[in-house]
Amino acid sequence: MTKAFCFMATQNADPITHNASPDSVVVRFAGDSGDGMQLTGGQFTLSTALAGNDLATFPDFPAEIRAPQGTLFGVSAFQINFGSREISTAGDAPDVLVAMNPAALKVNLSSLKPGGLIIADSGEFTKRNLEKAKYESNPLEDGSLAQWDLLAFDISALTIEAVKDFGLGNKDALRSKNMWTLGLALWMFDRDRQPLIDWLNAKFKTKPDIAAANVAALNAGHAYGETAELSGPLKQLHVAPVESEPGLYRTITGAEAVSLGLVAGAQLAGLPMFFGGYPITPASSILHHLTRLKEFGITTFQAEDEIAAICAAIGASYAGQLGVTSSSGPGIALKGEAMGLAVMTEMPLVIVNSQRGGPSTGLPTKTEQSDLYQAVYGRNGDAPIPVVAASSPGDVFECAIEACRIAVEYMTPVILLTDGYIANAAEPWKVPDVDSFTPFPAKFLTENNNPDGKVLPYKRGAKGARPWIKPGTPGLMHRIGGIEKAEGTGNIDYSPENHQLMTDARKAKIDGITVPDQGVTLGEEGGKLAVVGWGSTFGPIRRAVDNCRKKGLDVSHIHFRHIWPLPANSGELLRKYDKVLVPEMNTGQFKTVLRDQLLVDAQPYTKTSGQPFKIAELEAAIELALAE
Amino acid sequence: MTEVAKIETTLKDWETDQEVRWCPGCGDYAILKAVQRTLPQLGSDPKNTVFISGIGCSSRFPYYMETYGFHTIHGRAPAFATGVKLANPDLDVWLVTGDGDGLSIGGNHMMHVLRRNVNMQIMLFNNEIYGLTKGQYSPTSREHTRTPTSPLGSVDHPANPCAFALGSGARFVARGFDVSKNLPDVLKAAHAHQGAAFIEIFQNCIVYNKDVFDDFAAPKGAEDRQLWLEHGQPMLFGNAKKGDMKGLKLVPETFSFEVVDVVDGDWEAAGVCVHDAKNRMLAHMLIELEFGPYPMPLGVIYDDPKPTYESAVIAERAKAVEGKDNNLARLLAKGQTWTVSGTAQDPV
Repeated sequence: MTKAFCFMATQNADPITHNASPDSVVVRFAGDSGDGMQLTGGQFTLSTALAGNDLATFPDFPAEIRAPQGTLFGVSAFQINFGSREISTAGDAPDVLVAMNPAALKVNLSSLKPGGLIIADSGEFTKRNLEKAKYESNPLEDGSLAQWDLLAFDISALTIEAVKDFGLGNKDALRSKNMWTLGLALWMFDRDRQPLIDWLNAKFKTKPDIAAANVAALNAGHAYGETAELSGPLKQLHVAPVESEPGLYRTITGAEAVSLGLVAGAQLAGLPMFFGGYPITPASSILHHLTRLKEFGITTFQAEDEIAAICAAIGASYAGQLGVTSSSGPGIALKGEAMGLAVMTEMPLVIVNSQRGGPSTGLPTKTEQSDLYQAVYGRNGDAPIPVVAASSPGDVFECAIEACRIAVEYMTPVILLTDGYIANAAEPWKVPDVDSFTPFPAKFLTENNNPDGKVLPYKRGAKGARPWIKPGTPGLMHRIGGIEKAEGTGNIDYSPENHQLMTDARKAKIDGITVPDQGVTLGEEGGKLAVVGWGSTFGPIRRAVDNCRKKGLDVSHIHFRHIWPLPANSGELLRKYDKVLVPEMNTGQFKTVLRDQLLVDAQPYTKTSGQPFKIAELEAAIELALAE
Repeated sequence: MTEVAKIETTLKDWETDQEVRWCPGCGDYAILKAVQRTLPQLGSDPKNTVFISGIGCSSRFPYYMETYGFHTIHGRAPAFATGVKLANPDLDVWLVTGDGDGLSIGGNHMMHVLRRNVNMQIMLFNNEIYGLTKGQYSPTSREHTRTPTSPLGSVDHPANPCAFALGSGARFVARGFDVSKNLPDVLKAAHAHQGAAFIEIFQNCIVYNKDVFDDFAAPKGAEDRQLWLEHGQPMLFGNAKKGDMKGLKLVPETFSFEVVDVVDGDWEAAGVCVHDAKNRMLAHMLIELEFGPYPMPLGVIYDDPKPTYESAVIAERAKAVEGKDNNLARLLAKGQTWTVSGTAQDPV
């Protein structure tokens, strides 16, 4: 075995690893995109949840599936923040960085906390890999990492050693490297290995040798930690469970939550669901989830393109099912014309946009909130569509139900905004009581609504919604389409009076949608500063506002779920603050909507780096806003 | 799909109260009447019948049919129709499209509805021109067609709709034309076919592409220029009464057809080929026949059903849901769960 172990302690004041029971820890696993870092992170997340910690995660991976090995652009990372207190973000900076090769170290080092711990696989710090990562000398040996604690050992060799009894070739043996690393991490945070052993045995049920090799690697990593502790300064850390509401919990990602929320929404509406999708990052996972839930009356359709996906969903709604389609920004752009048809024909439809960095192909695997204009304003003609935005993986569940409710009750397409961060991130989720949601059963017209003649498909009800009439219903045959409809009959009608009337009616219907009043998420109803957010900025804003309030600053957090129409009390509420600051991962889109709709002096604070806000950035912005 | 009881209707039952807005003399009128005449003969039920269209002159069709109707957006009708059929396979769906709608902006959807084999009748009205936008050349316009966007004559090679359909995997391909007395028979054959049935209907645009099909559709001399195909029957054309009967003979050496004279009706002696609508290779040859040296093949060119998309989806669902229930509470609590005390529980 080559150099097995080295440890360099720093003189830094109070690094996390010197405190045996911190209230929260941020760990980042980083390696090649083929190293299985997302899987390692996912399993570490599960063990963290089972240990009763609150947590938030941030998977950050390249758009390339298998980028060339060892390259800087091929680095895949998974960050998790967990603690004995409420955790609302994946953490600004890691306390511990696990670097599986030189490139992973280089890409991630700058975000590591001063005094943080680096765990590196020295076996991968070969001349060739150092060159690929553009290192002139080996950072593990040249003293350039002096400001951090460094644990470097040959994980590759140790893994091969651990699995040598299973007769695997070197290449296959090295695939267990991530399990070795996970084993060490489990030891480090005093975690139970059994759930992961069970998971490995289930995953490789048909390949017992591979399962056994992975378990052996996991155990070896764990044992290595114990030995290292005995022989050196590596300490085991204990993060106590968080106090939370009693109940049953599980971890959930945004993609899972949106799928489950749609299933729940369809059940509450009493409708079968039709989901039309086309593969696109990061929205595909919703299609993956739903296609396995056929027993819930779900038909999934992988269409030939984004346009066909929404058109088929509208066709299914027309035939009496709950049509749903999902995509990300570029795909949503393609669906625009069909959304207009759903507005014109007043058809229930849910459109999920898992936003990513744009414009054009942009940053497929990175997060952004830059499709808000597209959602609110992005169609030809006056085509109002309600917009609901989810703030966290767990919150998407409720938002999806809300989107289904509005679609069915108001006979309208509804846009549900989520983003790449929410879609991929995981958090502990208290399993909701299904009986706590109020059903909103869909009603179909079965009798002629016109005593004086033929059925009136555009005769509006109390909420301004037209009746839903399924083809196949006797005596109610009628025609609909994208040409302006005459009020009542729905026949073609281009007349000036009718277009005015119908445009007004479509607008009034959406404006009149009942949404709950906006509350204050954290803080007081009024004061010097309101930090107003929407979507996945929830976590960092909440934490930053909380920190600032603890410092005695007069600041409150208001987070919007209903983007269009805005809650009726929004203007009144925001006017109770001297200043309104709107942090967004775009160039200030919600700020524009607030100014336009409420005439409040909302000030933007924006970021478009493809990365979520850091708490520290927001705290600084709050302090600056209060100082001005 | 469950068998739907046939009901009695008359042509009048299929007419709406809406004023038909096509140009006087447009071939669409004849097609509308042919459809309204055919549906009573099929025993169709208006409440279970849905006409779905895209955009263009032909796509106004649903407004004139007293059935359920959906006039959608340009080129996308096949996608809407697919959603309708998956949501309710019992509906009898007729798709109405044109050469621009179905082969230009909507070519992609046309390809996929055909290859998936969604059970519906697809009527593509081919007038070789963009009518509703005032006469620009279309993907089926012949070379050198002079239009506002091709004042020197178009240089694009035209698409062959039936070749496109067959190439996309269609299991039923037929041709007819607007004023043909045989059109209802073609529609009936399409309706009888379980799966996506593609019918190219040549349609005369009286304003922008007048009489462009007269070379084979004009009544005078039609016998010599139209080859009406019938499964199991010899490929004969010409004027039998005048003793001027011809047929198509297969030439294996060159893998082509030869026009041969049939003397005294003895087509066997002349070696005339018998039409086999289940022979895909034959269908390809007929569709590619060059008009001029050969007559225009019309009627049912290809008809060889295979299982429909929706039947496959239904079968897959039945298999997937076996032994499973739709208990939402159980679904939400699936996987590894824990209580606040932090103890792991067995998966629910």
